[in-house]
Amino acid sequence: MIQVENLTKKYGAFTAVDDVSFTARSGRVTGFLGPNGAGKSTTMRIMVGLTPTDSGTATIAGRSFADLPNPGLEVGVLLDASAQHAGRTGREILTVAALTMGLPKRRVDEMLDRVSLTPTEAGRRVRNYSLGMRQRLGIATALLGDPEVLILDEPANGLDPAGIRWMRDLLRGYADQGGTVLLSSHLLHEIEVIADDLVVIGQGRIVADGTKAELLASAGTLVRTRVVDDLATALTASGLNPVLSGATGGSDVLRVDADPEVVGKVAHEAGIPLVELRAADGAGLEEMFLELTSDTQREGNS
Amino acid sequence: MSTLTAPARTITPIPTARLVHVEARKSFDTRSGFWLIASIGILATLATAAVILFAPDSEVDFEAFASAIGFPMAIVLPMVAILSVTSEWSQRTGLTSYTLVPHRGRVLRAKAIVAGIVGVVSMVLALGIGGLGNVVGSAINGTDLVWNISAQEFALIVLGNLIGMAVGFMLGVLIRNSPGAIVAYFVYSLVLPTVTLVLGETQKWFADKQAWIDFNFAQGPLFEGSVSGQQWAQLAVTGAVWLVLPLTIGIWAVLRSEVK
Repeated sequence: MIQVENLTKKYGAFTAVDDVSFTARSGRVTGFLGPNGAGKSTTMRIMVGLTPTDSGTATIAGRSFADLPNPGLEVGVLLDASAQHAGRTGREILTVAALTMGLPKRRVDEMLDRVSLTPTEAGRRVRNYSLGMRQRLGIATALLGDPEVLILDEPANGLDPAGIRWMRDLLRGYADQGGTVLLSSHLLHEIEVIADDLVVIGQGRIVADGTKAELLASAGTLVRTRVVDDLATALTASGLNPVLSGATGGSDVLRVDADPEVVGKVAHEAGIPLVELRAADGAGLEEMFLELTSDTQREGNS
Repeated sequence: MSTLTAPARTITPIPTARLVHVEARKSFDTRSGFWLIASIGILATLATAAVILFAPDSEVDFEAFASAIGFPMAIVLPMVAILSVTSEWSQRTGLTSYTLVPHRGRVLRAKAIVAGIVGVVSMVLALGIGGLGNVVGSAINGTDLVWNISAQEFALIVLGNLIGMAVGFMLGVLIRNSPGAIVAYFVYSLVLPTVTLVLGETQKWFADKQAWIDFNFAQGPLFEGSVSGQQWAQLAVTGAVWLVLPLTIGIWAVLRSEVK
């Protein structure tokens, strides 16, 4: 279990991590979701002691990371797959890590096999690795000590679809056997398919936190019509609060925080023909996420 | 995950000897690291050959070999010390190293121990190559074998080189960037002495006090075979200011800084 309490990290006037608290439970895959620059990586670096915190604590199974006698055996960490000496071979990188943790050499071969790096690939220098191969090597390093907790920053980056499925199965298996998995991503769909729990961060603050089921359920209704303005007026007159649903990508869809039945009744009474009426199923989460993202997008096309 | 089915492991702290082993391995396991250390032996051999070929017969003695070998050593050894520290930052391997061992002071200490071992072993190796060169050189030139370096002199030269490595280590922790620290080392050990040399020749007040101010100048006696009590004091005073103080600041910075 990973417990983060009131973490704050400032860089001058900029608050990168702002009073962040959440728990990643054992037996679950926790997705740490947020746009680029939201504070995911900084939070993860604080957890493993690479970045000093201004206030707050992060503990793993009740202990701070620095108090772990041999952290590699308890927490598998992958923060940046490209942060390796370009002149070392993949096998050498694993060997050095195994040596540090005090593990036998055969463990290196087991891990290479587990992440499907062939002996030839493992003998190449990391300089010549694709991003996907680096991710596999990084995941191998994290798994090396057979830890009960995994902390992975954007592990799916650079993996092909088959690679993403492989990783999903691997992390699922890990959690099913009682492990704690925390992985970050800036892609909602990527995390939706893997995670049991979601922690959403934007501009350094936690904006949503709960099980995937909870977060996806609380999303209201999506309604599509050719006469959006008329429907919006009618819904507003009925005391509802319709918003254009950016997540669906169309300008003819409204999202309403109400049951489909209520929305259908309002439309019927106002004589407005509908094209589509359904429960939003996570569209609310997606919209919230898009809003977060658009705030940080340079194009400003929100 | 076998941890949950297998009997619980007892996890013991990582011993320092293991960290030293890891750091030693990291010094050799890249092409650049390997050739840097191999270059010590190669340059020593080339320097020895050069003395045999080019030095006047009357000057082919052990000291000639020692000083010919000493010059490349004084440049390469500090690089070994610099890169052991800075590559963690420049190559970003620190992300892994300082996560597997979340005590940066312990990692730095292991690096320092490895640098010290590399320094002493290299010097002994150089002594052997120089000695061999002396025997071969004298035989080729038909001159008498002259062993004019005492154990004490050799020990002082080793100390001088270890100080040079410590300076490299200091610049490494202070700057934490490979090119930056290497450039700084050359400024520190080649440019600075030129400046102080000129200063000493033109400013009398400086010439009088130079041995108490100039760390490079104070190291001179180490390479000349004997060090007086006063010279030890000068070495200690200048070393405290030019080495120990910035080293302390640098270590403090490494312990505090963010690894990205």
